[in-house]
Amino acid sequence: MSQTAAAPAAAAAGRDRADGRPFIRISGVTKTFSGFVAVNDLTLEVREGEIFCLLGGSGSGKSTLLRMLAGFETPDRGRIEIDGQDMTGVPPWARPVNMMFQSYALFPHMSVARNVEYGLRQDGVPRAERAERVARMLELVKLTPFADRRPAQLSGGQRQRVALARALVKRPKALLLDEPLSALDKKLREETQFELLDIQEKLGTTFIVVTHDQEEAMTLGDRIGVMDAGELIQVDAPRDLYEYPRNRFIAEFVGSVNIFEGRVVEDEADHVLLGDTDLGAEIFIHHGLSCQMGQTLWVAVRPEKMRLTAARPDDARNAAQGVIEDIAYLGGLTHYRVRLDGGKTVRVTRANVERRHADGLTWNDRAWISWPPEAGVALTS
Amino acid sequence: MKRRGWVVATGAALGFAMLYVPIVIMMIYSFNASKLASVWGGWSARWYGELMANDQVLEAAWISVKVGVMAATVGTVFGTMIAYALSRFGRFRGRLLLAGMATAPIVMPEVVTGLSLLLLFIIMETNFGWPAGRGVDTIVIAHATFCMAFVAVIVQARMADMDESVEEAAMDLGARQPWVFFDVTLPALAPALVSGWLLSFTLSFDDLVIASFVSGPGASTLPMVVFSKVRLGVSPEINALATLMIVAVAAILAATMLRGGVRLSARRAPPPDQL
Repeated sequence: MSQTAAAPAAAAAGRDRADGRPFIRISGVTKTFSGFVAVNDLTLEVREGEIFCLLGGSGSGKSTLLRMLAGFETPDRGRIEIDGQDMTGVPPWARPVNMMFQSYALFPHMSVARNVEYGLRQDGVPRAERAERVARMLELVKLTPFADRRPAQLSGGQRQRVALARALVKRPKALLLDEPLSALDKKLREETQFELLDIQEKLGTTFIVVTHDQEEAMTLGDRIGVMDAGELIQVDAPRDLYEYPRNRFIAEFVGSVNIFEGRVVEDEADHVLLGDTDLGAEIFIHHGLSCQMGQTLWVAVRPEKMRLTAARPDDARNAAQGVIEDIAYLGGLTHYRVRLDGGKTVRVTRANVERRHADGLTWNDRAWISWPPEAGVALTS
Repeated sequence: MKRRGWVVATGAALGFAMLYVPIVIMMIYSFNASKLASVWGGWSARWYGELMANDQVLEAAWISVKVGVMAATVGTVFGTMIAYALSRFGRFRGRLLLAGMATAPIVMPEVVTGLSLLLLFIIMETNFGWPAGRGVDTIVIAHATFCMAFVAVIVQARMADMDESVEEAAMDLGARQPWVFFDVTLPALAPALVSGWLLSFTLSFDDLVIASFVSGPGASTLPMVVFSKVRLGVSPEINALATLMIVAVAAILAATMLRGGVRLSARRAPPPDQL
């Protein structure tokens, strides 16, 4: 119990754990597989009690990083510390972390209870304590009635919970989750996301989640680290990642976005003006930037922050005319694809706050797209 | 469509008839009262009685069972070790050589295997004094060589589609080798080990050529005895013996199918997306 004594305090802090101390320290870690650099000189600190999501496409190195934390791969260079303890040369079975595998990796010949008990047996926990901890863990994941079943007799969601219980029963300092929800169907996935959050909050365990699904990362993560080609591109809270992407890769990877390109034609202390843009009009950036005249800059605007109007908007900045090419009505939202006169296609999302849009814009109508200057993010790379 | 079904059914019937009619005839003739194998003389269980009284045949059958059990067991242990090394040790030096050499006995002509082992045993005997003469132990060693190869192939195939992360999960939960192997790998391999063992036993029980090379006086296996008897003319006793063997094999087969069939169909989780 000594390890979990601090848990209520961490749980009390709720979703806001920005003040947690560095708990897992990854410094300058590099891993190469026969010439292919999977993880490249990566440095990262994960705080105690937070849910940290590693988000990236396949081959981005996120799983390799997780496997290095678990001890299944050895870094070529660099060092991993967990709770102040250097993990160099520490084998998987001696590490204070546990992993939940993507395939769940349940032991098919053991019952649910035996699966959960396995780790405690390895540690030589006395029988009575084992039974008690297994029972409590099964209760936490709502699997008590299934204790005697074999994994093959369970549904996908139940198997996922067995895997979670088995990894948590040893009270690891951190739980490593490899694509925890990818094997579940969409509806179950949403339910399970909140269950995971709930359990994490009850136990206060640090979670490190690897996922390729940005929605999953946004829901689960206190912070998200986006990886590409073995490097961390940006580490931030979900909102900051979405609203303040560091570069075009992040902007495009997280959510959908319209990116406009232009060259600096006016560089003032309080604003920057882009000309020669693919918008077909000048783009106004409402703050100063360290840039040079003629330099190429990009402005990223999220579809839901774009305006779509039949008439030319009053402020007339960052506006262009086009034809509505496609409309996807999704109930709560409507997605529009507008082909600008310059040829570029722009996505606009409108929330359907009224039963019908007063402007009645429909297919093949000419319309104006625009955005207020503060809706756009200027990107230099 | 209908005509094709008829053709397929006839073809299948003919094929199975080719396979099983001779066996059925043989089984019927094992109850033949006549001493002549090819003349029907009415029903009788006489030859079963004579078979039971024939010490030579009974002893040979016992030797064959002993050899089969030992060779299959030794072959299964070593074959599993080879399969484990080939599928879990990654790329080590000499891996290809091991893979090739492990499976070579399958394609090696039996005469070559038998003769070379005989030479080996003779050289060893003259130089080290072991094995002293040839008998059951030399047959077991000879049979274990090819049993090992078959088991290695079967177990390796099983390991290839086994989810490796199950073993990693055991390690992650605090188990180290060899416990990971005994707790997790071995139970998952059990169906393959059982079928490998049974195949090995059958092959060993069946073998005439290699056993003839490496056996010595007083250690005749059942196929050796049957073969030498048949050369003197087919006796109905042999029919009775063959019938008993078929019944035994059918019983073992039925038992394993009933027991193992359910477990083999257990669903596996999809493979993880590595890297």
